[in-house]
Amino acid sequence: MALLEIKDMNHAFGGIEAVAGFNLHLEGGELNGLIGPNGAGKTTIFNLVSGFYQPTGGQIFFRNTNTAGLKPHRITGLGLARTFQNIRLWPEMTVLDNIRVAHHYSLGYGFLACIFRTPTFLRREREVTTAAYEILESLNLKDFAQELPKNLPYGLRRIVEIARALATRPALLMLDEPAAGLTSADLQGLIDVIRMIHQTFQVTIWMIEHQMQVVMDLCQYIQCIDFGVTIAEGTPDQIQNNPAVIKAYLGDDTFQCC
Amino acid sequence: MKQFSIPAVLTVTLVTLVGISLGEGINLYWQDVIMFMGINIILSASLNLVNGYMGEFSCGHAGFMAVGAYVSSLVSVALFTQSSLFGAPILSSGWAVPLFPLCLLAGMAAAAISGLLVAIPSFKTRGDYLAIITIAASFIIKSAIENIKPIGGARGFMGMGQVTAAMSGTADLPWMMFWVFLGVVFTIWILRRFVSSTYGKGILAISQDEIAAEIMSVNTNKMKIVAFMLSSGLAGLAGGLFAHKLGYVNPGSFTILKSTECLVMVYLGGMGSLSGSVLSAVVYTLMLEILRFVIPWINDLLRWAQLIPTDYQVTQIWKWVLIPLLLVLLMQFRPEGIMGRHELADYFPWIKKFYRFR
Repeated sequence: MALLEIKDMNHAFGGIEAVAGFNLHLEGGELNGLIGPNGAGKTTIFNLVSGFYQPTGGQIFFRNTNTAGLKPHRITGLGLARTFQNIRLWPEMTVLDNIRVAHHYSLGYGFLACIFRTPTFLRREREVTTAAYEILESLNLKDFAQELPKNLPYGLRRIVEIARALATRPALLMLDEPAAGLTSADLQGLIDVIRMIHQTFQVTIWMIEHQMQVVMDLCQYIQCIDFGVTIAEGTPDQIQNNPAVIKAYLGDDTFQCC
Repeated sequence: MKQFSIPAVLTVTLVTLVGISLGEGINLYWQDVIMFMGINIILSASLNLVNGYMGEFSCGHAGFMAVGAYVSSLVSVALFTQSSLFGAPILSSGWAVPLFPLCLLAGMAAAAISGLLVAIPSFKTRGDYLAIITIAASFIIKSAIENIKPIGGARGFMGMGQVTAAMSGTADLPWMMFWVFLGVVFTIWILRRFVSSTYGKGILAISQDEIAAEIMSVNTNKMKIVAFMLSSGLAGLAGGLFAHKLGYVNPGSFTILKSTECLVMVYLGGMGSLSGSVLSAVVYTLMLEILRFVIPWINDLLRWAQLIPTDYQVTQIWKWVLIPLLLVLLMQFRPEGIMGRHELADYFPWIKKFYRFR
């Protein structure tokens, strides 16, 4: 049983075909990359898989469930989490609350239980807090539990966002440019964190990344897309030497610059 | 000790309020002011749930208040009094005291359901556009009430005075003071429990980043329904108390002006701060009343200083210049309101030692 199976996925914004015939098969346990020049359709693919857009063609199966028509929070509940290119933490809630709210999928109590403080409510609140502290501890963020994300340095916010995604207990974690905006000093730390998460949380990771250092260092298998079409796929070595990829990134050598 | 401090303070306050009202330690006028203060607390705290915590801009709060006012009045009048609309009372007047909360509850339920009028459009609409929908919803409610002839249409509906009279028949206590107080405690209790739970913090997440909330497994549509229904239900409670306090209601009380008053209190107190809402409702109500005395003083002072012509009087109209002016100054110099996004205990950490909120 495959974890994620994408078959011939298409998506068009009006007349523009942002994604054309995209295929992917994740068995579970991989650490795969998705690269491509700006505007290639990488984030669109993530938005399609996480349920923000509905594909105009093709199918997505996550853990053998067809995700067509499911709201994003339902897909997250199935075990798929993602981060964003521009960090989207809740800036005015403490780091701990950020992590706790990400447990909504499994709260298991409703409004009335919350008002009457039923035993289920009290037990779940305790469990959620413990689980949140465990995640923070495993990523060395425990000292920042009571801080507001807006007061944290940028690199740390990235890690907190990944921690929040992990709070939904995903089987598949999709990282959208985790290294964007990081200094080269933060970069190695991020690589270590992602590798650690991949191993200790036993989560499949699928990431979009521009920083070649990160991609080549981490990913086992890489797909490269351009104008919505998959132009190459293979191991980091194969991708690095693929003429189509070089052409997509650096341009055609017949192209004359004025 | 800690867990009994809040119930103890509340009981003492209630006994004091009822006691001094009964013993005429304060006159009827100040009793009214205190009751309006309570009703305003309910209004501002409940509106704060949507405008402060959820970050939407609802400016139709008076509409939901109207639904609660009318429905609870209709229920109580039908149950306990002889009226031209419903005929003989269904229950004897002795039931008025124990069943009055159920009348308020009926009003709350109806108001909560009318809240769906805004909650459902809010799935796809946000911000300014949703604000327009909330105004439209309050207009729909108000014109609907104006056009239902049996409940008095634009002239309004009365008979609630007999309900309160029936309660006084059971025991001669200032019942409305009692119910308003319970209503305020109930409102703060329910809101505080809601927003401090992981479940309720989902609406804070929606206000700060709705897309992130949805992707982090918060069912945003459901949370919006809960928030709007709770907020409008509590507005309905305020409406029910308001109607029984006055003894009559008419649609003219629930115009956009009333909604604006609610907004003013929320912004005065601070978005997303319950203690701010309580404080601002108290300050706002007092301010309206105190200006009644202050304006004649200003008149005398200016006359004495010969700054105004002898044939000119500084009248009460100036209240509606001074209060908006205060708001202008507030927005200029403290736009986050009295409390900002914080609760009282954030400013005075030592008070945490004396209570435990449950």
